[in-house]
Order: sequence, then structure tokens, then C-alpha cells
Amino acid sequence: MPFIPHTEQDIRDMLSAIGVAEIASLFDEIPASLRSNLPPSVPPQVTEMEITRLLHERARRDAQPLCFIGAGAYDHHIPAAVWELTTRGEFYSAYTPYQAEASQGTLQLAYEYQTMMVGLTGMDVSNASLYDGGSALAEAVLMAVRRNRRSSVRRVLMPTTVHPAYRRVTETIVRNQAIELETVGYESRAGTLNLAALERWSGEDVTALVIQQPNFFGCLEDVNSLVDWAHTQGALVIALVNPIALAVLTPPGQWGQNGADIACGEGQPLGIPLSSGGPYFGFMVCKNAHVRQMPGRIVGKTVDLEGRAGYTLTLQPREQHIRRSKATSNICTNQGLMVTAATLYMSLLGAGGLARVAAACHANTQALLAAVSNIEGVRPAFIGPSFHEAVLQLDAPARSALERMAGAGILGGYDLSQDYPELGHAILVCATEKRTDEDIAAYARAMQGALRVARRA
Amino acid sequence: MLIFEHSREGRRAYAQAPRQLAGLADIPESYRRRSPALLPEVSELQVVRHYTRLSQKNFSIDTQAYPLGSCTMKYNPRACNTLAMLPEFLARHPYAPDRFGQGVLACLWELQEILTAVTGMKGVSLAPMAGAQGELAGVAMIRAYHEARGAHERTEIIVPDAAHGTNPATAVMCGYKVREIATATDGDVDMAALKQALGPQTAGIMLTNPSTVGVFERRIEEIARLVHEAGGLLYYDGANLNAILGKARPGDMGFDVIHLNLHKTFSTPHGGGGPGAGALGAGERLHAFMPIPIVAREGEHYRWHTETERPQSIGRLSTFGGNVGVLLRAYVYTRLLGREGMYRVAEFATLNANYLMARLRAAGFQIAYPQRRASHEFIVSLKREAKEIGATAMDFAKRLLDYGFHAPTTYFPLLVAEALLIEPTETETKEELDGFVAAMCRIRDEARADLAFVKGAPYKLPVRRLDEVRAARELNLSWKPSV
Repeated sequence: MPFIPHTEQDIRDMLSAIGVAEIASLFDEIPASLRSNLPPSVPPQVTEMEITRLLHERARRDAQPLCFIGAGAYDHHIPAAVWELTTRGEFYSAYTPYQAEASQGTLQLAYEYQTMMVGLTGMDVSNASLYDGGSALAEAVLMAVRRNRRSSVRRVLMPTTVHPAYRRVTETIVRNQAIELETVGYESRAGTLNLAALERWSGEDVTALVIQQPNFFGCLEDVNSLVDWAHTQGALVIALVNPIALAVLTPPGQWGQNGADIACGEGQPLGIPLSSGGPYFGFMVCKNAHVRQMPGRIVGKTVDLEGRAGYTLTLQPREQHIRRSKATSNICTNQGLMVTAATLYMSLLGAGGLARVAAACHANTQALLAAVSNIEGVRPAFIGPSFHEAVLQLDAPARSALERMAGAGILGGYDLSQDYPELGHAILVCATEKRTDEDIAAYARAMQGALRVARRA
Repeated sequence: MLIFEHSREGRRAYAQAPRQLAGLADIPESYRRRSPALLPEVSELQVVRHYTRLSQKNFSIDTQAYPLGSCTMKYNPRACNTLAMLPEFLARHPYAPDRFGQGVLACLWELQEILTAVTGMKGVSLAPMAGAQGELAGVAMIRAYHEARGAHERTEIIVPDAAHGTNPATAVMCGYKVREIATATDGDVDMAALKQALGPQTAGIMLTNPSTVGVFERRIEEIARLVHEAGGLLYYDGANLNAILGKARPGDMGFDVIHLNLHKTFSTPHGGGGPGAGALGAGERLHAFMPIPIVAREGEHYRWHTETERPQSIGRLSTFGGNVGVLLRAYVYTRLLGREGMYRVAEFATLNANYLMARLRAAGFQIAYPQRRASHEFIVSLKREAKEIGATAMDFAKRLLDYGFHAPTTYFPLLVAEALLIEPTETETKEELDGFVAAMCRIRDEARADLAFVKGAPYKLPVRRLDEVRAARELNLSWKPSV
């Protein structure tokens, strides 16, 4: 049997030590009415050779076109060393580091990761990760509500410039805790949060304001004014940021007079493959004052009996296994292996390398915009500074244009028409550092062809 | 030494970043970062060497046995990783059209079908990204069900006192009050306490079977009947499914919703604390409320079902489609096991646990529920050793590390004093189990001879026992350069 090492002799010896005649006797406490066999829909065993063949066939069917979609998941170069090391058995098959002395590798790595996230975001403390970007935002909302005692309502302002899927995840997770998620619209020319719309809340009790930078459209929000406005209101600021962008954009710790209070986001750009959407990891960092309300595992430095430096999980009294129904969250696992990959990635790139990646993504996206600017029926949706991603408005339905581009081997962008019908036939496009000048030229050709056909249809 | 301490200004892994630093002239200064982030400046070899060395400071299944109760630390077959990491699977953007993902979606659909059959539920959603998220979804579904029926007076979730801490934490996250009920002396739920707790305020009950004390809940059918009669629903925490895989099904026991820790029973790696996956199964009552997305098959075509097809769904738990890469690993594992292999998992996990329990009992250790069969795990109580010799569960746990065994789960469940919750799993050999018994006996002898020596353990690891109080009191959560 696969992975079971017992010999016939072992089985006889073990049953005899237990004092039963057969393995079946070990299940005699299960009532007869509940004993069952597996239905035939559970397929029979296959060998590794057979499953390898099947999976290779399926993978071949999934050959991917050239990707110009971002929308929260980005096709970056991943150094070979990242996953060579991450899948070493000592990282891959290790348990959560509850036994600190036997987990110094994972723990020191997490401490280094926390240091890197603090450096990148300009915040004070980082946890050791959450599940993904969307659920990290939901946890940040819950944390802000727990933390902001000055606010007697549970009202969080959620701009529509925040990724629509993040907003849905947040709704699912916070729905049963009597929290009001209030929508705030955007300014239609700039594609950024509408300050006038916010004025409606001036003087009102607001628990927290969420700001995504760059926002879902790739537009840059005026974070300094927004943060200062929120703080004047007594609201906490939750920054939702792209870690690659932070190599060149102002980190949330330096937004406005006092910086954001909590920052979170999707860690996928840091060396995690696209992999149909997961596993990724969410990151969360905050100001010192809020650390005891932060969910998830946190690693701290300490000393052993001989005074040597060592690392251990800390602040565990926040967590479910100690606090049970009074925990900050029910979270117990983080995304340890993804953090391993991200730490390797950040070490290999360094601040200088990350800035080059970020600038190349931005330059490629700008080149893409330039390449399509002369195509009839294509225009940028917004004016004003953007980073790494942009919205294009088309004069034909986005869905059929994208479908045709896909036929030509190009994933042309993310269709915005469902979530933002007011933008008309709009798509969100992104060209990472992996896209070449030839790729961008191919994109422009495919777009031109697709629109020509789409207009005729 | 930290990676930051290897750092020298101006050094980096030159092969990894674009050759040019492109201009950012179109981005106004006021939006730009003023000083570079504090990240290490190191060469590629330095990175590889540093993290290879760090990895060697870990225990892992690949290097040590992990009899860690409630965690199912079985072998993670390498094929599962290799095949889940085929380049085409890794390259797929989550928003790529379904037609560029028919291979991966076929695997996920088949996994849903296999898990549906194994659990006896009506359907499965693979959306939750961890066990605790599966729990959150399950309890949120119970709440959505009651709300859809206007039963707003159902405000309580019943949880046994032996339950994992996530259970009460989850119930609270879903806006419920938690009502704990006692465990009877035989390890089963105290039926009188249950009857007393049930009422018109009951929304549901959260149970693990086999329970966290490592025994099969023999009156589960009666419990299900009582809870359903009171108008409540039953939630199954699948942490211990390894014990009954192919032998008994939660759906047949009367559970309405379950989650499975694929990183336990279905052998996806723990990765030093995630990523996991918490597949969720639902019966007739709760099927419509399952989280999205769910893979559907239409003829020979697979596609994601989302809000449109599932209007009653509790919604989305992740930005995209859950931990797809983890699900692929679980799929490969279920195929390598097949139907025959699944029966063997339960049989040999149970054989190993009962053998280890019998050997430890024969060696004079006290078993918490000696009159019961072990499921895939059991509890040793070191109350006597703590009282007579002064060696606690923590002391045994730390000294076991020196003998090359990861410690069992300590001090859990909370209702057994000086508990070691021990789960050997089916993939360990008899020799390994015998070695564990020998180590436990040696430690007891050592403690009798020189208690201070045992209390000083571990000795052979990268660090000695760590000062956790200091870690919490003098918080040092990130490295800072000395100025």
C-alpha cells in the first residue's frame, strides 16, 4: 500500500501487543449502523507513473497565453533559487513552530520576513502572514473595529476604488459582526477617491477608512490628504498596498502627518507563482500601539538558557488556542511556506532590485498605453498619475474584444464592465517586467484586430 | 546570524532584476519613496547558503518523526509537489478564462467528487484556505440557514470543553454565544449536559469525531437526533478524519456541514505553518449556502460557479479561487491512495496508535482513557510523573527533541492534566514507534536520577530552552540596524 511501511510480521507483532486478533477489531467502537464502504465514485489506486502521465496531459492542455492581466495577481519573474529552497523538506514538511527549539529555521526566517515587511512599508511591526490579500483586508477591518475605542459605531468607509473581490471577501468575513461597510465613490476623471464624497462624513463618527494605493484602477490616491482627513475624524487608516510598488512609492508608514495605522495586502508579487489564485499570502503590519490587536502569528527574538539569541512565537495570548472565544481571530495557520518564498525573493532582489522591477513594470505599462494610443476606439479612462496598471476604454464590448485577443494568444486585460458598468467597455491592463517590446507590439496588433472584428459584430 | 548581517552596501543578486532602472518621471515626487527600504544587500550564493543553513535548524517530517496529536504529520509524497508545480499550472492567472484552465479545473472537480464520496455529504466547496476558515464558513452557513428561515432567536453554538480553540473563536466571529458542555468520564459527550444545553436558542453544535480526546463518539447518532429535534444543526470539525477514512462517514452520522483539513488527512505539507486548505462539505440543508467559487462540470467543460449560479452562497472567502496549488497536491494524493489506499490509511493510523498506546501503558505510563480504543491518537497523562518525580509534560516534550522525536501535542486537550496527545500516523514504522517508547522510558529514568538535567533540555538543538516570558515582555519583533 502506498506510503504504509508495515510488513506482515509487523502487523502480527503489533496486534499481539495490543491483544486483538485483527485490525478490524480496532474499529469495534464504531456502531455497526455507521460502518460503511466507500462508493465506487472514489477511483481505484494509480501508480506515480500513471498520475504523472495524467497530470502532464492536463498541464499541456493548460498552456498559458501571454498575460497582460494584473488585477491583484502579477506575473513577475521568480528567481530559480526561491522555490528550489522553499521546497526543501526541512521547510516544506515542517510543522507550525510551536516547539521553538526545533523550529529555529522557520522562526528566524519569519523574524527576517517581519523585518523586511517593516522596512518595505515603513510601519512598526509585522505579523508572520495571513491567508491572502482579501482576507487580510477583512482581518484589518476587524482589527480596526476592535482597536478604535473612540468610535462608538462600527463604521468602516470602503471606497469603490478598492479591489471588488477584496470588498466581497471582507463582507463575507465581517458580515456577522454588525459592522457597517459604507461605500465611497470615485472621481470620474481621475479615477481616485472622491474627497468631496468623503466630506459627507466630516464630523461623523467613523471607525476606519480603507485606502488602496495604487488603487484598483492603478491610479494613485492622494494618500497624504486622505490620511490626515481620517485622523482628524478620529478614524483609523487601513492601507491596502502592493509590496512591489512600495519599492518606489511612499510607504504607508509615511502617509500624511502620522502615517497609516494598519497596512495590509497581497504578498503574491513577492515570488509566489500565479497558480490560478493560490496559495498566496496576506501580509499585515501596524503601528506599535496596535500590536496586541493584530491577528495571526508573530515571531519575537529572545534568549535561551545560555543567553544565546533565539526566536519564538510570541504574544500568543491573542490567539485562539489560549483565548478560545476571546481570541483576536480564529486564525491558526498562516502561509508559512509562502513567507519562506517571499523572504528569499526579497533577499535576492534587495531594495535596489525591487525598485528596478517596479520601475520596469511601470515603464512597460506606459509603453503599452503608448502602443495602443493610436488605435481607433481605445482611450485611457483616467487622467492623473498611475502606477503599474491602467484602465482602457474601448468602443466595443470588452468581453468579445478580450475573447478575440485570447484567440490570438494574448490575455488582454481584466473586464471591468460587471463591477464598474459606468465605465462602459473598460478593461484593466498591466505589463510586468516580464513583457518585452515584442510582446507589447503583439498586444497592440491583437487589440487592433479584435476591435475591428468586434465593431463589425 | 541574520541575513541583514551579511548585507553590504551595493551588493546584490545581479541576475535577478532588470538591467536598467527605468525612469519614473511621470510620477510626481510627492508620491515617491524618499529613501530605499531596509532590505538586505547580498549575493545569490549568500542567500542560498544562509537559507539552506536555516532550513537545517528545523525539525520536519522529512527528517524526524512527529507524533503530534491532532495534526496528522504523515509523509508528504514528493510526487504531489512535483506535479502541482508543473509550469503550466503555476503560470495560470486566476482571471485567465476557464478555457485555459480545463486541466486544473478537471483535477479540482474530481477532488470535489472524491471528497463528497468520502464524507457522505451532498457536495463540497474547496474555497476555504485553512481549517479555521472552513470552520468560519461552516458556522456562517448555519447562521445563514437560520436567518433564511427567520429563526433569529437561535443565538448559541454548543461546543464541548475538549474542543480545539478555533471552535469557540469561530462561533464568536460568526456572532454567536458559545455554550461549553462537559465531557463524560469515558471521553464521550456528557449526554445530560447536552440535553440541558439544547433549546430554542440553539443554532448548532460543533463536534470532532473521533473527538479531541482520541475516542470515537459512540452515541453520535443520538446526539444528531437530539440536536436536530431541537432545531439546531451539526458542524463536523474534520481534524481527525484520518482515523475513520473509508470506515465511517460524517454525512451518515448526521452532520450538516463539515470541513476537512487537507493538510492533515490528505497529506498536503504543513510548510512551517501553512498554507493549508479547509475543504467544506455540506448536506441537504446547507448545500445552497456553500462558499464560492465551486467547480462545475457541464458536459466535458469545467467552469467556476460564482455569485450568479449560487445566489444563497455565504460568499467569497478569498480574493481568487482558494489555495489551488494545495488542492492539486491533495488531488494527486487521493489518486495515489485510491479507494483501497484510503481504507488502509484509517487501518494503519489506528493500528499504530493502539500499538503505541499499548506499549506505553505496558511501560507504566498512564493513559487518559484506558478503557477505550485509541482512534488514530490517544492521550498520555504525565500527572503522576509530575507529582512523583517533578517531570512535567513540557519537560518530556523538550527532552524528546534531543532523542530526535518532535514532541507530541502538550497540554491539549485542556481537561486532561499534563497531557501528551500522541498521533503517530500510518506512515511511521514499528521501529520508529518502538524508539519513541524507549525514549519516553529513558527520559523518565533520567528524571528520576537527575531532574534538573531533564529540566535543562533540550541540549542537542540549535538553541537551549527559550525564554518565552522575556519574548513577550521585551517585544523584539524586527531587527534594527545599529547606528
